[in-house]
Amino acid sequence: MSNTKEIVITPLFKNNPIALQVLGVCSALAVTTNMNNAVVMTLAVVAVAALSGMFISIIRNQIPSNIRIIVQMTIIASLVIVVDQVLKAVVYDVSKQLSVFVGLIITNCIILGRAEAFAMKNPPIPSFIDGVGNGLGYGVVLLFVAFFRELFGAGTLFGYEILPLVTNGGWYYSNGMMLLPPSAFFLIGIMIWLIRTKYPEQVEKPDFVIAPNTRKEAV
Amino acid sequence: MSSNKDSIGRTVIVALVLCVVCSVVVSAAAVMLRPMQQFNMDQDRKSNILRAAGIVDPSKTVDELFEQITTRIVDLRTGQFTEEFIPEAENFRRAAGDPSMSRSLSRGEDVASIKRQPMLMPVYIVEANDGSIEKLILPVHGYGLWSTMFGFLALEGDLNTVAGLGFYEHAETPGLGGEIDNPSWRASWVGKQIFAEGQKDNPALRVVRGAVDTSERGAEHRIDGLAGATLTANGVTNMIQFWLGESGFGPFLANLRAASDMDASELVEQDADADVLEVDEV
Repeated sequence: MSNTKEIVITPLFKNNPIALQVLGVCSALAVTTNMNNAVVMTLAVVAVAALSGMFISIIRNQIPSNIRIIVQMTIIASLVIVVDQVLKAVVYDVSKQLSVFVGLIITNCIILGRAEAFAMKNPPIPSFIDGVGNGLGYGVVLLFVAFFRELFGAGTLFGYEILPLVTNGGWYYSNGMMLLPPSAFFLIGIMIWLIRTKYPEQVEKPDFVIAPNTRKEAV
Repeated sequence: MSSNKDSIGRTVIVALVLCVVCSVVVSAAAVMLRPMQQFNMDQDRKSNILRAAGIVDPSKTVDELFEQITTRIVDLRTGQFTEEFIPEAENFRRAAGDPSMSRSLSRGEDVASIKRQPMLMPVYIVEANDGSIEKLILPVHGYGLWSTMFGFLALEGDLNTVAGLGFYEHAETPGLGGEIDNPSWRASWVGKQIFAEGQKDNPALRVVRGAVDTSERGAEHRIDGLAGATLTANGVTNMIQFWLGESGFGPFLANLRAASDMDASELVEQDADADVLEVDEV
């Protein structure tokens, strides 16, 4: 498998599910208020994406094509419930904060998208690796966004104080907006901009070309 | 790609087998992890109670620290402890949904916007060596801006001075209303007085807008506001008004006061912090 490395690496930047494919943005806004949540969410998505890819790939030749989406969803949903249960048992505090968003991995387009696009056509091991790659691609964005949101919003990273806050006797006035969802939009926008500057081929052709204005204004 | 794969019989079999396998996996995970989850929830509740009471000692486990705390159940209708410990009452959130264990609140009465109130509530007591109450920890909840905030309010043995406040569940805006978790704001509650002199029915404690002028009269009943979170702060005030008022723990506190008045000499100023870290024999 000479392309194993490629399967893992390309989704990170070149073919990033959030930045290029613009999938799974909803949860990226919700769980990026601090690094801890982002790391746990990344692990959860990697686990679900990799395992669902593998299982779907194992039975891909058995799945009747008219119920294939339901079959994929059933497998993904089961895995998400298992992951949710494990999180509740192992990292209770974080799972309380992630609350409903772990459950919502089910609806994360990245996972169903990769199941349908990759796992249905490829053997189990590459599908597993593809899941890891795409999960990590999602995670890179989460961590990027969470890094700035936690640092500038709360002055901490992983809960450790980096910029001492005025409220705790330091000098840094925290930026409250960073902790609210809109800031994630800006950060993801900036990230997409940076990635597309590096890979200009990602820039889409505009759907419409704005015609030059031919009307004269009334005098 | 044989057409056999898409036949009706094959489709039904694949669907059935998949469902059975998935349900076994999911239920196995749920059942096997249940004890660990229960343990976590228990620990979480206990550490929240300890945190509200200001009992923190990193060298000890939560269970060791919790040994000094006695859990009792209070019947809010009579304001008395129940004869026996009723384990169902500890989960008061479930009890609030059970018509036999709760009552619905009329609009005028429901200042904390909780709609239904359990009739039995747990309280947590730190007892001094002589058996008197050193700290009383009351579970409180009320509606903030977005959803119900659940927390614990700890009172000193005089049943009037706040020993601490902590929320364990809320969905207030991080950075604004979410600042109810801010340690320095929570610390500003310590030492405040719930009731004004001679008015033991109506809690005087409230969160104001802006900072409290400490030279002003009644400053001991006021808490600094949270900038940009007036509605959350109002929710906190309503919660205190409700739970320490007539429909909440008011009658219970009155009974405790009456009982301790007979024994007034016991209620000399208690040293708030010194004894706390020692595990008392309960």
